[in-house]
Amino acid sequence: MLSFIRKRAFASLISLIGLLVMVFFLSRMTGDPASLFLPVEASAEMKAEFRALHGLDQPLLVQFGQYVGNVLTGDLGESLRKARPALDVVLEAFTWTLWLAVITMTLVTVCAIIVGSLAAFRTGGFFDRFSSMVSLIGASVPDFWLAIVAIVVFAIQLSWLPTSGTGSLSHWILPICVLFVRPFGIIVQVVRGSMISALSSAYVKTARAKGVKSGPIIFVHALRNAMLPVITVIGDQAASLLNGAVVIETIFGFPGVGKLMIDSILQRDFNVVLAAILVTAFAIFLMNLVIDLAYALLDPRIRY
Amino acid sequence: MADHLLEVRNLSVDFHTATGTVHAVRNISYHLDRGETLAILGESGSGKSVSSSAIMNLIDMPPGKIASGEILLDGKDLFKMSSEARREVNGRRIAMIFQDPLSHLNPVYTVGWQMREALKTHGKGNTEAQAEALRLFKRVALPEPEKALDKYPHEFSGGQRQRVMIAMALALKPDLLIADEPTTALDVTVQAEVLNLLKELQRETGMGVLIITHDLGVVSEVADRVVVMEKGQLVESGTVREVYHNPQHAYTKKLIAAAPGKGDMHEPEATGDAILSVKDARKFYGGFEALKGVSFDLKAGETVAVVGESGSGKSTLARILLRLEEADGGTAKWKGKDLFTMSPSELFKLRRDLQMVFQDPTQSLNPRMTVYQLISEAWVIHPEILPKAKWRERVAELLGQVGLSPEHMGRYPHQFSGGQRQRIAIARALALEPQLIVCDEAVSALDVSVQAQVITLLDKLRKEMGIAFIFIAHDLPLVRDFADYVMVMQKGEVVEFGTVAQVFDNPQKPYTQALLAASLDPDPDVQAANRNARLASVS
Repeated sequence: MLSFIRKRAFASLISLIGLLVMVFFLSRMTGDPASLFLPVEASAEMKAEFRALHGLDQPLLVQFGQYVGNVLTGDLGESLRKARPALDVVLEAFTWTLWLAVITMTLVTVCAIIVGSLAAFRTGGFFDRFSSMVSLIGASVPDFWLAIVAIVVFAIQLSWLPTSGTGSLSHWILPICVLFVRPFGIIVQVVRGSMISALSSAYVKTARAKGVKSGPIIFVHALRNAMLPVITVIGDQAASLLNGAVVIETIFGFPGVGKLMIDSILQRDFNVVLAAILVTAFAIFLMNLVIDLAYALLDPRIRY
Repeated sequence: MADHLLEVRNLSVDFHTATGTVHAVRNISYHLDRGETLAILGESGSGKSVSSSAIMNLIDMPPGKIASGEILLDGKDLFKMSSEARREVNGRRIAMIFQDPLSHLNPVYTVGWQMREALKTHGKGNTEAQAEALRLFKRVALPEPEKALDKYPHEFSGGQRQRVMIAMALALKPDLLIADEPTTALDVTVQAEVLNLLKELQRETGMGVLIITHDLGVVSEVADRVVVMEKGQLVESGTVREVYHNPQHAYTKKLIAAAPGKGDMHEPEATGDAILSVKDARKFYGGFEALKGVSFDLKAGETVAVVGESGSGKSTLARILLRLEEADGGTAKWKGKDLFTMSPSELFKLRRDLQMVFQDPTQSLNPRMTVYQLISEAWVIHPEILPKAKWRERVAELLGQVGLSPEHMGRYPHQFSGGQRQRIAIARALALEPQLIVCDEAVSALDVSVQAQVITLLDKLRKEMGIAFIFIAHDLPLVRDFADYVMVMQKGEVVEFGTVAQVFDNPQKPYTQALLAASLDPDPDVQAANRNARLASVS
């Protein structure tokens, strides 16, 4: 088990380094921060001074070497825009995103498992057809459109909920509901497919021959077997939320990491971009590790 | 008149499919009393399992439908019960065990949990269930019963898993036990143990046993009476002795005639030098030694049967001889050249001479290729064998040789029956004009009557084309009919090697004797004599 975690950590470290190299150089190809940060009429000397202050006058490879050295000591640099450590800025935004992702995915998982399992139990029945339709719509509807329609209907016309921003619990409702739709649609389909094959398996036949009731057959016998493909997809969907639901966070003015990343890219705040990528990549690495361990927990035949 | 324990009256079950209604069973009737064993004998597609699924309420409706009839348990019609009452019958009054215990046990729960569930579902408390589960595990003679309760199904051997299933089925002391091909997936010696256990438990509890099987040997070993089914209809019924010695229906006669193990034994006739000479072949999987130095010779037109139970290394031997896996020691001289150390280009040429026919033609034939493509693919890879213009003609000829017709060329594997598919696999092997064909359980998955046809075909190819065979099998009667030599393997070693007559009539090693003693004879009188002899030798 421990050696498995070590191996996975090492493999992730390599991809993390690759990512770091790519983002570091790509972001510097977007242009010179000095021309964005200083007023248009700033003199060449002022720009040179700004670059020298932030180490931007050094050759790229030297900058990269310094950056990597700093990262190893836990220093991810300063945010140019906010004049605070980049890591603090990112962690603050990431906390918002993490909460949003955790609440949304918990709701999605519970709802999708119940709906998908019941649909699979009576394939072709009314509930199955209804939930298939709903989940198909959910999986295919564009989220930015849904977000705007939700704001128009619930915030502007009905005035039930705030349009955007944060501050109260009601600010959370619309972003969560909009983010819920697509993963729900996708996961219901996966649960349904996986449950159909589990429910037609031989061990379910044995359970019926033992006289086990329908409830335990669905939710005890079949579900645990059907969960492996499901948690893979849950992980995948959760990862896209952790990355920051850029569009949704922007529409709802939600101060998450997705919005922060877009803003920082536009402002050429390189240190924040890099720190955001490192933090989310690390979070996704942790989540994948948890999923791998969940496999072993669900299925005793899987041992690391 | 007292009611029978179980009575099936005029039962008809239909399945509505996209291509029309299938009458799975039509108007069948049979009955079973306490303490009695009734066998339902039939081949695949005969509908032999459908009536038992109806008894257990395991038929999915739709697409299934009970078209007519009733099933009476102690005089009460199961079809007229409420679904809750029906559910309570399952497990408590009627229990069932299945063919493949690995897939029929839930892989993610311990067997102890699954045992306790059966007991708790029918009202036992937790501690009582735990104690009862332990008692039953001891009764079915599972090794280390306390520890066994906390293990998962994959941690047991096949025979042990079937013991778990039996313990679970008997947990609530049912009046009726349905056993659907309970020993088909097991080795012969394990089969004998499991059948013996079932009989003991039946004597203790006085339950009725309904056993569903395709194997006449199983029928003669355990059953009192037998009903024979063909294409959904019950064609014959009677005591096992009556039916075996005096079959009335043509189908029953055919089934009994097709049972292997009664023909003349081959005397090896091949002369000349060995084409294949294996010396001290070894194979390791990690620290596990799967083959511990196997040696034998094979001449052209000769058949060596490799028999042994699962884990004996017989399939490993086949795989290293075909270089599907690399050997870890020894030599195998094919016409003087060691095929274990051949270069890839030599090996490529050798592939023409050595072919393999696998156990399951459904898996070994690509479902998206037509028969023509499947067979002619060999010539795409080895174009020197045949110019393209002659392919169609040759495919037609090969199909004729294996008893199929040239019109079948454009069809896909799923359009054929299991036996026909295995013939296609043989035609595919023949396309390269091989000199040696390795058959790895090539007929095990087939029905008895189809088995006999395929064996006849292989025998014809051997005589006409001088092809040598390595015939890997666990079914001893089949080996007796087909092979020249028998090599008995156990735990990676050859324990006995001799002509068929030597091994079958005068086995030297205890393991060979045990294998032969465990093999079931379709004749109930012979089987009874064997059983008595076995019991006498034990006591």
